[in-house]
Amino acid sequence: MGRLIRLDRSGHTTLAEWTAGDDRGSQSAVAAFTGELERGMVASVSRADGTAEIVRELPLDAEMVILRRPIAGG
Amino acid sequence: MTVPEVAVLGLEEAARLDWREDTSERALRRDRRLWTAWTTWMVLIFCAPAALLVAIEPLTFPAAAICLVHAWAIPSIQARRGARQLVPIGSARSAARRAGGSAAAERVALGLLGDLLGDRERELVAETGLALQRGELGNWLIGEQGALLMRPGRGRVDCWCVRVGDTEGLPAGDRVAHLLLALREDELGFAKVANLGFSGAGWRVRRHLEPGARAALAAARAD
Repeated sequence: MGRLIRLDRSGHTTLAEWTAGDDRGSQSAVAAFTGELERGMVASVSRADGTAEIVRELPLDAEMVILRRPIAGG
Repeated sequence: MTVPEVAVLGLEEAARLDWREDTSERALRRDRRLWTAWTTWMVLIFCAPAALLVAIEPLTFPAAAICLVHAWAIPSIQARRGARQLVPIGSARSAARRAGGSAAAERVALGLLGDLLGDRERELVAETGLALQRGELGNWLIGEQGALLMRPGRGRVDCWCVRVGDTEGLPAGDRVAHLLLALREDELGFAKVANLGFSGAGWRVRRHLEPGARAALAAARAD
């Protein structure tokens, strides 16, 4: 099962969940993902080697996709 | 689309800073040398007059002492400024201590941060409020408003000022999680976005850190 979460003031919010072959859930997740990117959020998927990858399209085989706000220098 | 098929993207935040030089090992070495030269210069321009004054007239030693205090204080203030970039979760300057913060949100954020970390790093966060991340440039110690970078077994520490652009309402754990994710996504881009506030001997930074942060620094340097 995949999960799209957003880091926010509540700690984090689960925006969508989907499973393989669940077209309706996947479409809903893609719509939520696109909307968050348009609002300026950055999406990333953690890799097994401890790094993470920025994604601009929702990887439906990922277990968890995290949306975060942009960072800035102090 | 599968994860491996996605093209590797760098930090957008770094790409927007097209006027800033890209970070590289070479650029970092140069910046470190500049910091060392600056510190040496500060010590020299105050110690040399002090020595000269005492050599010409020993009774001017109070003025010479003032020069020596400056030679010590100015680099120390700079090191303190660097150390202050590191704000551990739960520390006096942590977002977790702000008025109106939600304890439930803090717990949720810490839980997610813990999920992103390995066992040892999770323990370190619980003990010190700081997250340890190994990178190509060295070991990073991440707090809410910045990070320290050090190479294992070496004495030098680089202090970076970097934070979430819009921190409005974000729990402390989420602030660290944001920086951790950005660092994992693109280490060189992360260093490009961040501002190098100080670079110098680890002991100079350590003395300005809280006890918990000192323990985390020791763990990161030994790792």
